[in-house]
Amino acid sequence: MYKYYETSFKNQSLTWREKLQNISFSYVMFILMLAGIGVTMLYSAANGNWSPWALNQLMRFGLGFAIMIVLALTDIRIIMRYAYIFYFAVLILLIIVEITGHIGMGAQRWINLGFIKLQPSELMKIALVLALARYFHSTSLQSIESIRGIIPPLLMLLFPAFLVMTQPDLGTALMLVFSAGAIFFVVGVQLWKFGAVILGALVMMPIAWHFLHDYQQNRVLTFLNPERDPLGAGYHIIQSKIALGSGGVFGKGFLKGTQSHLNFLPEKHTDFIFTMLSEEFGLVGATLVVFLNILIIAYSYSFALKSSSYFGKLLAIGLATNFFLYIAINMAMVLGLIPVVGIPLALISYGGTVILSVMASFGIILSVYINRNINIGKD
Amino acid sequence: MNRDNDKGKVLIRRSLFLAGVKLVLFFVIIARLYYLQVYQADKYKMLADENRISTRLLVPPRGIIYDRNQEILASNRQNFQALIVAEQTPNVQATLEAFKKIMPLSEAEEEKIKKELKRKRSFVPIKVKDNLTWEEVAKIQINAPDLPGIVIDEGLSRYYPYGEKMAHILGYVSSVSENDEKDDPLLEVPGFKIGKAGIEKRFEKKLRGKGGNLKLEVNAYGRVMKEIEKVDGIPGERLDLTIDARLQTKAYDLFGEESGAAILLDVNSGEILAFVSAPAYDPNILTQGLSTKDWAALSNNERHPLINKALAGQYSPGSTFKMIVALAALESGAIKTDTRSFCSGQMFLGSHAFHCWKRMGHGYLSVVEALMHSCDIFFYETAQKTGIDKIAEMARNFGLGKKVNIGLDNEKEGLIPTREWKYKRFKESWQQGETLISGIGQGYILTTPIQLATMVARIANGGYEVVPTFSKVSEEEQRKIPKMNLRQADLDLVKEGMCNVVNIPGGTAYASHFDYNGQKMCGKTGSTQVRRITMKERQTRILKQNELPWHLRDHALFVGFAPQDNPRYAVAILVEHGGGGSSAAAPIASKLLLEALKLDPSNKTLK
Repeated sequence: MYKYYETSFKNQSLTWREKLQNISFSYVMFILMLAGIGVTMLYSAANGNWSPWALNQLMRFGLGFAIMIVLALTDIRIIMRYAYIFYFAVLILLIIVEITGHIGMGAQRWINLGFIKLQPSELMKIALVLALARYFHSTSLQSIESIRGIIPPLLMLLFPAFLVMTQPDLGTALMLVFSAGAIFFVVGVQLWKFGAVILGALVMMPIAWHFLHDYQQNRVLTFLNPERDPLGAGYHIIQSKIALGSGGVFGKGFLKGTQSHLNFLPEKHTDFIFTMLSEEFGLVGATLVVFLNILIIAYSYSFALKSSSYFGKLLAIGLATNFFLYIAINMAMVLGLIPVVGIPLALISYGGTVILSVMASFGIILSVYINRNINIGKD
Repeated sequence: MNRDNDKGKVLIRRSLFLAGVKLVLFFVIIARLYYLQVYQADKYKMLADENRISTRLLVPPRGIIYDRNQEILASNRQNFQALIVAEQTPNVQATLEAFKKIMPLSEAEEEKIKKELKRKRSFVPIKVKDNLTWEEVAKIQINAPDLPGIVIDEGLSRYYPYGEKMAHILGYVSSVSENDEKDDPLLEVPGFKIGKAGIEKRFEKKLRGKGGNLKLEVNAYGRVMKEIEKVDGIPGERLDLTIDARLQTKAYDLFGEESGAAILLDVNSGEILAFVSAPAYDPNILTQGLSTKDWAALSNNERHPLINKALAGQYSPGSTFKMIVALAALESGAIKTDTRSFCSGQMFLGSHAFHCWKRMGHGYLSVVEALMHSCDIFFYETAQKTGIDKIAEMARNFGLGKKVNIGLDNEKEGLIPTREWKYKRFKESWQQGETLISGIGQGYILTTPIQLATMVARIANGGYEVVPTFSKVSEEEQRKIPKMNLRQADLDLVKEGMCNVVNIPGGTAYASHFDYNGQKMCGKTGSTQVRRITMKERQTRILKQNELPWHLRDHALFVGFAPQDNPRYAVAILVEHGGGGSSAAAPIASKLLLEALKLDPSNKTLK
């Protein structure tokens, strides 16, 4: 074991060469494999065509890959320095979206940058982790365990979560809450506080129920009983289970998923892409994807453990948790374990902002690993 | 520093715990995958197939119906339809307008098309017009460039080349109605038609065949992607009837405007060669569906084209019943071959007068002469001597008063009264006068034309109990036909009387006699009143038939056979309100039997 004060003398910048050599090759390979599977599935979703999804996704992944490398090579101290600034910038974008969304009728969740429709709520997932890591890095355990010390990070969470919730995007809001909750947990917030919040939430649930939109209420009710609306909202989950189950152990074969290609399966290129994969490649293919994801998360954890800075550890764990939430929520959703909340399968589902934000996360995690020996002061 | 150390330890401890939770959740996901994809795979595979496979029934072609000479009586004709597929035309309205220029569409038709277009998905073909002729199909094909989205589709529709001439034999097919027995999935196919009357109904199962299956892969919107499997059905079986289309046509045409029935039988087998009820309907129109107005016109017609008079029409047999009375009397010994009675034109039973149709009377007559002249007084007396129950028994032996059961709907039983029947029916005892009028086939007696044909066939063949049938009778079956226990001499006597009716001047049907290479017709006329002649009218002057309105005129009947020796054909003719049997019915019988003889294969050498 190493201790950060012992390595503090190494408080100097690495050369480009050293940084490049330190990029974890296996980690990048797992990412490339998952992205490759994603592009393949998008090719299948379009009945064997590169357009409209596969090629686009490939280009976005290329951009994301570049962002990942750039961030990986960035000094972790710079990341820390800009953590709050980034957080507030994203918060402002969220507010802008909120305002224009109200003007432009209905739910608008993105800012059109021409080549991509940027969703600030996706960026907020990273920004929140950055800001919280920055905050807890400079806070003592005593302060963390005190009520007063937990209020600023709680506000950092609640403000954007509220904005996202009103978009309305329940799935993303919940993801923000869960990933922040995970950070609160690992930094040592006492369990009874979680208990109190959960209890409070249970009490508030009937009240919150009234604030949910009709379609959100329907999703929950339909989840509890899919047969309630077999042609409407329940249709998605029933068809998803049929597609999954009929795939069997080895699947129906590439481009041969009947449920997907005959359009019984909805949203097969976005939220339900894992269903399509499981239909065409069966239990074998689906389990392979699950294991690749487990490997990415496990590697992220090992990077966190190897980092000598508290900020670095927390950053890697927070971002890995974020990634985990995408994967676990999406899979649980298409498997009929939880209601359909509209969370894509990161790296595989079609969608620009998600792939960019996830690749950026991996870049930051790699940076944590590369800069594992750099000690950061408490300032 | 110590606290900072603790801070790092807490982080690591709790992170590892969190990692463990995540791992557990991933294994829950894998367990769920296993549950769905292994444990429940079969269930979901079946559901996926149910989603993607759409099974369609293939309608088998209906069995063809032939006459005895392989002439087609009912077939399946190609039915060309013009369909429109909305997604194949840039502008549905423009296509329809262009179509209307080639072939006008009624407002109702257009309305229906637009309704369907709105209701159905854009790739579902919608019927624009059906029953297109070849010329119309050609016209559409030539104008195809102006008609994007119009498709010509061919199906099969039932066709009856003889139209109304065969209507009461064949019946017709029509759409399945709610009351029909749903024993076959084919009946659920839209537009499927089943036999609704006649032979089409009787042999429905045989004619229908078995449906095939077409398995198609469809997408979530129902669009057909490809054919998976096709299992051909079994076409309906062919049906061979005993009908001779030439004789049937002749018989139907002989009626002209008249209303009535005609049956021509092979006396030895009972095979029906012609079976007419006139007027009739055109089954080709009924098959396509009739408008309410046309249906009302058919049902309200006073000549009842929808009623099969040959089976369902019950008429007093009138003088055609006299053979039965004569046979009953001879068999029972009530009269003898040479028994003669005197006809003065009327007779009295108590104070009630019974009249002969000939006011002046016939003088002394034997049974043969009485048949020839159709003397009423002779048969009043003979009936009185024989008694109603013996007459009734003889009538039943000859097929009267009970269903022949040739398998068509609505057959009526007719009525042969007995003492017992009357008591049961009216709680009154039988009157002597009723026996008298029964002796000339009036009173309670009712028979159907098919029963009369049966009767005359059994007389002609020497007492063999043939039963009319539309199915071929094999020689073996023919040999098994039982024979009645009758004296040949009595039958010969009756037949002699019948031959005299036609072939001796003074016989009631002499005007209709013919001699085809020595082959002649024998028979018996009958005229039955449908009104009561009042005493007052008798005393002044009985109105002539042509002075009466149609519905009050007598029914005309004739039963006969030919040739006189070794008869082969029996005929029964009924002309509703035709006037007299000799003037209206006998000529039809004569022409029909002559035609039958001319067409008879055994007479070919004579030509």
